[in-house]
Amino acid sequence: MASVISMKRDAEPDAVRPGRDAKPKRRRPQLLPYLLLAPAFLLELLIHLGPMLIGVGMSFLKLTQFFIRNWSAAPGAGFDNYKLALEFDAPVGAALLHSFWITLGYTLLSVGLSWLIGTTAAVLMQSTFRGKGTLRAFFLVPYALPMYAAVITWSFMLQRDNGLVNHLLGTDLHLVGTGQDAPFWLIGGNSFYSLVLVSVWRSWPFAFLILMAGLQNIPMDLYEAASIDGASWMRQLRSVTLPLLQPVNQVLVLVLFLWTFNDFNTPYVLFGRSAPTQADLISIHIYQSSFITWNFGSGAAMSVLLLLFLLLVTAGYLLVNARRRKHV
Amino acid sequence: MSEPRWLPWARRILLGLIGLFTLTPLYVMVTSAMKPLHDVQGEFHWIPTNITFQPFVDIWSTIPLAKYFVNSLIVSVSATVISVVIAVFAAYAISRFRFPGRQFFSVTVLSTQMFPGILFLLPLFLIFVNVGNATGIQLYGSRLGLTITYLTFSLPFSIWMLVGYFDSIPKELDEAAMVDGNGPIGALLRVVVPAAIPGIVAVAIYGFMTAWGEVLFASVMTNQDTRTLAIGLQEYSTQVDVYWNQVMAAILVVSIPIVAGFLLLQRYLVAGLTAGAVK
Repeated sequence: MASVISMKRDAEPDAVRPGRDAKPKRRRPQLLPYLLLAPAFLLELLIHLGPMLIGVGMSFLKLTQFFIRNWSAAPGAGFDNYKLALEFDAPVGAALLHSFWITLGYTLLSVGLSWLIGTTAAVLMQSTFRGKGTLRAFFLVPYALPMYAAVITWSFMLQRDNGLVNHLLGTDLHLVGTGQDAPFWLIGGNSFYSLVLVSVWRSWPFAFLILMAGLQNIPMDLYEAASIDGASWMRQLRSVTLPLLQPVNQVLVLVLFLWTFNDFNTPYVLFGRSAPTQADLISIHIYQSSFITWNFGSGAAMSVLLLLFLLLVTAGYLLVNARRRKHV
Repeated sequence: MSEPRWLPWARRILLGLIGLFTLTPLYVMVTSAMKPLHDVQGEFHWIPTNITFQPFVDIWSTIPLAKYFVNSLIVSVSATVISVVIAVFAAYAISRFRFPGRQFFSVTVLSTQMFPGILFLLPLFLIFVNVGNATGIQLYGSRLGLTITYLTFSLPFSIWMLVGYFDSIPKELDEAAMVDGNGPIGALLRVVVPAAIPGIVAVAIYGFMTAWGEVLFASVMTNQDTRTLAIGLQEYSTQVDVYWNQVMAAILVVSIPIVAGFLLLQRYLVAGLTAGAVK
């Protein structure tokens, strides 16, 4: 996530320190910065970049359970794993494509709603009022809560026979059936909406936190100037707050998108090892194709495809935003 | 900012709704943890009728919760401490020095953050297994392997946030320290680190939360002895009977320290984000 922001920061000329700060030129190249960076670089190389490259290599191998102990002996597969994943008429490809659409729908809904709630709360809490500090602390609890704690609680609330959701909707509000007619929330079509609900509950406080920090960087005199010009509150929101939040929003939406699209934890804890097909997110799908069927080559190929898709989306998003910024 | 008359009402209603949405699961968590088993197995009731604290006693014997707690604590604390130290050095290099490869480093390390965990889970799993077979160093299934993995998760974001924070500390402070006879490292430890405490605390909170809540790698990389809370808690649910009251009690016990810590330190996080991340 941070990459995007950093690249942006590095690309902005004003982020680079002016020349007066530059160190006096030394004759020999400095060694110290490299030494300071070495631990971080080596660890990222060993745990992230190296395995990632190996993963790309694995996607070209026929790496099934027979070769796990000695995977250098696995025969090459060429592009077979990719062909299998992309053959949308065959069962494997069709299931992957289905999972992709589910994930896309889940991500768009979850990010949109989280952003909306986060923005609403942050804007409404911009001015001071009594109890603001307490409310802010409460709003941040879902973010502070360990992710599995939140999701397990929701899975209890979504139980058919003893959960809060059916009690509220059925017994209290008479919107759905009760007893034998009560709906299921964790299997079947409803499981998709359950997943979105839990995800929004978990993510919106993050949007709130970032937007709150962003709002603090908007100078107060802009609002004073707008007030003197007679701009209404709505007008100030439209012409001062939202435009000035634009840079923060760009990064926030991208980060939320990447996190949600890669989300493994929410469905894994909510549904256990077997996610319902209606809520079969792509991470879970790949995990199951790899660790349940022990076909690592095929799983690796699917992960590489996922990575390529996310890279394309990120690059496209940054490009469109950069162009828009230039035109405005 | 002058506010129209309808705004306080809109604020009350909207924030009230958001508050209800946020608080309901927390309310369920607290009240269900204090209900006897038959009350959580039947139809849900808003108000608990029989209040008991027995679940808070039972949780420790139903599953080896204490062991999982200790595992999580060891892994998360070590990962956080190491990650913060490494991040401070790396961020200092990026913030205070201009050298060839600086841009390259920032982009490479930070870009790992956006990649799907599932992509390097498989290779890392195989690497750990093979390193174990070849050298005898147990990484797969050990706390060491999990610690190393987790600290690399929080590292990129931590470095990036600290660079922003260090940039906001005037360079003249370092130079003054160096005039006093300190080297660059002395200036870092005596001047920059003390001035950057809010940023460092924010980074530490983030690192601890990342490690404490991680599920995917914990599900593959741990065994019976090294299992962390994220995986261990699911054992209440794999029984024929789900002890929901104990599940909720256990969740409360493992969440309260981290939520309390977070709420105490949250102003540092907002300050750190304001200075570093969203600038």
